[in-house]
Amino acid sequence: MAILSKEEAQALLKKVIAFSKADECEVSLNGSEGGNIRYARNAVSTAGDISTMSLAVSSTYGKKTGSASINEFDDKSLEKVVRRAEELAQLAPENPESMPLMGPANFKDAITYVPATAAMTPESRAEAVGKSIKVAKDAKLEAAGFIENTTAFSSFMNSKGLFGYNKSTDVIFSITTRNQEGTGSGYAARGFNDVTKLDTLSATKVAAGKANGSAAAKAIEPGKYTVILEPVAATYMLENMFRFDARSADEGRSFLSKPGGGNRLGEQLMDEKVNIYSDPFHPDLPSSTFNRDGLPVERVNWIEKGVVKNLNYSRFWAEKKGMKPGPFASNIIMDGGTASIEDLIKSTERGILVSRLWYIRLVDPQSLLLTGLTRDGTFYIENGQIKYPVKNFRFNESPVIMLNNVEALGKQERSISVESYRSYLIPAMKIRDFTFTSLSDAV
Amino acid sequence: MKRKDFLQLSAMGAGAMMLPDFALFGKSIDPSQFLNDGMDVSIKKQLADVALNAARAKGATYADVRIGRYLNQFVATRENRVQNVANSESFGVGIRVLANGCWGFAASNRVTKEDVAKTAERAVAVAKANSKIGSDPVQLAAQKGFGDVTWKTPIERNAFEVPVKDKVDLLLSVNAAAMTAGANFVNSVILAVNEQKFFASTDGSYIDQDIHRLFPNFTVSRVDRASGKFESRKSLSSPVGMGYEYLTSTPGSKVPGIITRYKDRYDMLEDVKSAAAEVAQKLTAKSVEPGKYDLILDPSHLWLTIHESVAHPTELDRVLGYEANYAGTSFLTLEKLKTKNFKFGSNLVNVVADKLQPGSLGAIGYDDEGVPAKKWDLIKDGVLVNFQAIRDQAHILGLKESQGCCYAQSWNDVQFQRMPNVSLQPGKTKLSVDDMIKNVEKGIYIIGDGSFSIDQQRYNFQFGGQTFYEIKNGKIIGMLKDVSYQANTQEFWNSCTAIADQSDYRLGGAFNDGKGQPGQSNAVSHGSSTTRFDGVNVINTARKI
Repeated sequence: MAILSKEEAQALLKKVIAFSKADECEVSLNGSEGGNIRYARNAVSTAGDISTMSLAVSSTYGKKTGSASINEFDDKSLEKVVRRAEELAQLAPENPESMPLMGPANFKDAITYVPATAAMTPESRAEAVGKSIKVAKDAKLEAAGFIENTTAFSSFMNSKGLFGYNKSTDVIFSITTRNQEGTGSGYAARGFNDVTKLDTLSATKVAAGKANGSAAAKAIEPGKYTVILEPVAATYMLENMFRFDARSADEGRSFLSKPGGGNRLGEQLMDEKVNIYSDPFHPDLPSSTFNRDGLPVERVNWIEKGVVKNLNYSRFWAEKKGMKPGPFASNIIMDGGTASIEDLIKSTERGILVSRLWYIRLVDPQSLLLTGLTRDGTFYIENGQIKYPVKNFRFNESPVIMLNNVEALGKQERSISVESYRSYLIPAMKIRDFTFTSLSDAV
Repeated sequence: MKRKDFLQLSAMGAGAMMLPDFALFGKSIDPSQFLNDGMDVSIKKQLADVALNAARAKGATYADVRIGRYLNQFVATRENRVQNVANSESFGVGIRVLANGCWGFAASNRVTKEDVAKTAERAVAVAKANSKIGSDPVQLAAQKGFGDVTWKTPIERNAFEVPVKDKVDLLLSVNAAAMTAGANFVNSVILAVNEQKFFASTDGSYIDQDIHRLFPNFTVSRVDRASGKFESRKSLSSPVGMGYEYLTSTPGSKVPGIITRYKDRYDMLEDVKSAAAEVAQKLTAKSVEPGKYDLILDPSHLWLTIHESVAHPTELDRVLGYEANYAGTSFLTLEKLKTKNFKFGSNLVNVVADKLQPGSLGAIGYDDEGVPAKKWDLIKDGVLVNFQAIRDQAHILGLKESQGCCYAQSWNDVQFQRMPNVSLQPGKTKLSVDDMIKNVEKGIYIIGDGSFSIDQQRYNFQFGGQTFYEIKNGKIIGMLKDVSYQANTQEFWNSCTAIADQSDYRLGGAFNDGKGQPGQSNAVSHGSSTTRFDGVNVINTARKI
C-alpha cells in the first residue's frame, strides 16, 4: 500500500524522529501509485502500473547536514536510516547558507485529492483509450496518445514539531491524430485532478478536426505577424518565464535584473492586461499548501497589471536582503478575458492561429529569447476568418516582449505544458509582432 | 520531463520552482552504502524465476524481469561553497510480459518472492486489459538465451569510491580559479551514475551488468553591472561512460588550438581558467552580422547537431509513428530507406550506430531485452542505409534479430527503443583543423554546445554554441557573440565539404536525452572530428527587453 493516510504518515514520522540524536532532524515520507497507457498507430504500444514509497532523513549538527533514505519500514530499518544520516552529517562540509528548521505551523488541507481519480484501474484506462482510438479510426486518422493517472502523498515532520501532509491525484491525457498521407496533424491535451472532467472522446475530436483542417498547408513568408496563441501554445511559451527568483535577479544574471544592479521589483515590465499569480486554493488548479522548507503556500501576485509585484526569496536570501521569504510558485494562473478563440479570430485583420508550439529552448537568458516551432495546426487568418492552413514556422521571440505586445486576452483554460506535463491556467492570447524566422517542412 | 533524481536534484541547486516533493533529500543515502554489493546475484536469479513462472502461469507467452539498483551522486558547488551533496539509491523490480499478443508492465519497490509474483500478475492483467482494445499482435524477434553472463563498464576508478571530500576539493579549486581569473559567478558539479542491472527473460538469459557514467561540468558567468549584460561559458567536458579516471589529465588527451579541447581525459582546472578569460572577451565581442557563413564545427559542438538531426530521425519508432504524440515522427521513412539512394548528406558523410565504443555513454554488454551490443552503418557515403530497432520492430526492417537498442531509465520504467551512440566517421584523408580553416573565406568556428531546437520531423533546426570565432580569408580574426545557425537537415548534411581526420576524433554526449511517455532519460555519446559546412544561414540573437 503506497498511499498512507495523514494519521498513518504522522505516526510513522513520529517514530522516526524519536530515534534522532542530532541537533535537528527532518524526515520526509512520500508514496505514489498509478498507471499509464501509451498508444500509437491506433493500438496500445506500452502500458504500466507502478507503485512506490520512500522515507528520507536529514540530520543536522550545527551547519553540517547529512541525508539518508530507505524503502523498508520495520523499526530496525527506521533506526538504521537515522543513524546513517547522522554519520554522514558528521562527515559533511559546513554549509554557510544553512538555515535552522522552522517551528510548528498549521497548514491548511489541500484540495488536490479526488477519489474517482484514485479509483482508476487498467480497465478504466483502457476504456478511455478505446474511445479515443474509435474517434480516430472513424475519421480515418491514426491516433497516438497517452493517459496517465497518479495518486500521491507527500509528508514531512521535523524535530521542532512541524508536520505537513498532502494527498493528490492527477490525470493527464494527450492525443495526436495524423492523416494517412502524413500531410495533416492535430493535437489536444488535458490535465485534471478529477478524472470525471476528462473526456477523451471530445478531446480526440478536437485533435481530429485540427488534423483534417491542417492538411495541404501552404507556405507563406516568415516575418512578424499578429498571432493568436491557443492556451496550450501560450502555456508552453510562458512556462519558460515563470521563474521569479530574486537571487539570480540581484546577482545580475536574469531577465529580472536591473542594469546598474538590483532587480526589477516594482517595474512595469509588461502590458497592463497581464496579471499572473499563484493560489493553492484555486478550484480549477489546486496545489500543495506547503513547500519543502516548511513555508505555507499562499496566494502570491507575481505580475499585477504588468508590474513585477513579487519575487521569490529563499529563506537565506530573504534574511540577507531584509525581505520576506516565500515558497516558489506552487501553480501559475494568468487572468484572461471573455473572448473565445472565434472572437479573437473575428477581430483579426491579418494573422496566424497557432494551435501548439514545440521544442522551445532558451537562446538568451538575458532577454529570455526563446526559439521553437509551431506544430499540429497553423492557420492563416484574413479579415476575421481562417483562410487556409500554413506550413509550420520557427520563431525567435521572448515571452517578456510578447507580453508587452498583448492585443487581447481570451478565455482562461486549464492546460498542460506539452513538455513538462505541469498544469497551468492560461488564457488564449492575441499578440502583435510575433517573430517567425524560418519555415519548416515538418507536419 | 521526469528525469528522476538528477534533474530534480540539479534543479534544486539552480533554484527550482513547483517541486512540492522533497527531492533535495528525497532519496539520499550514506555514500558508504553505495559500496555494498546490494542483493546477491543468486537471490536475484531466484526472484526472477519466481516472476517468470508467475507470468507464465497467468498466460504470458514471454516475460522479462529487471531487478535494478540505480545509484546517483550529485556534488554541487558555487563560488566558495558547497550547495549540495546528494546521494540517491533506487531499488526495485520491473516486469514486462506479452499476453494475448499485447505488452503489459508492472513495477514495485518491494522485492520479495511474494511481491515479485504479484507484480508479474499485475503486468499480465495490464496486458490482458489492453488486448481488449484490439490490435495486431506483437511480433517479437527471436533472441537466444545466454545463461548466466556478466558485463561491466571498463572503469579504472569507481567514482563512488572517491571520497566526497576529494570531489568537493576539486570543485572548490575550480571555482577559486574561475574567480581569480575574473568570473563573477561559477557553478560546478560532479554527477556520477551506477546502474546495477540484473535482467532475466523466458529466453533463458540471466544477465548481470554494472554500468558507470560520469559528468563533471561547470558554468562560468561574468556580469557587466553598468550595462546589465552578462555572458556565460559552459565547460568543454563531456559526459562519459568511464570512472573517475576521466578527471586525471594525460598529455595526449589535450587538443591544442585557440581553446584547449579534450579527448578521453579532462582537465577541469585548465578549462575553467580558459572559460573565465573567454567570458570577459565575450562581453565586448562583436555581435554577429546575420547572413550565410561557412561553419567549422568542433566535436564539442557538433555532437549535439548529430544527436538531433541524425540520431533522432533514424530511430525506427519515430519513423513508424510511435513517438507521434510526443517527440514526433521523422522525415526519414521506410520508403526512403528502400530506395537505397536517399541522399542524406554529401559523399563524405558516414554515420555509424555503435553500442560497443569504449568510454562512450551507450556502451553496454546487453540491452534491456537481452540482446548483445552491436555496431552498424546508418549513413554510408551520404546514403541512408539503416535505422535503429528493437525486438518487436526488427521484422519491419526485414531483420532476423534486434539491433539491441532497448533501454529503460530505471526499474520502474518500461524499456523501449532508445538511440545507441551515433557518430560521424572521421575523414579518410589527412586533414588538420588548421588546414581546414585556411581554406575558409567567410566563416565562423564554433566550439561547445549551446541552445538547440528542432522540429517534430527533424527538418528545421537552430543551434547556438559556447564560443564563436570569426574567420576571414583563412584566418581567425576575433570573437563573435549572439550567433545561432538555422538549417534544413538534408541541405545541411549535403553542404558538408570537409571532415578532419581520425587524429581530431572526439566524443561528446547527452547525459539526459529525453523521450517517451512517461518521459525517460537516456545517456548517449556522439563522436566526430571537426567538420566544415558551407553557406549556412546565421542569425543574430541579441534582443532588448
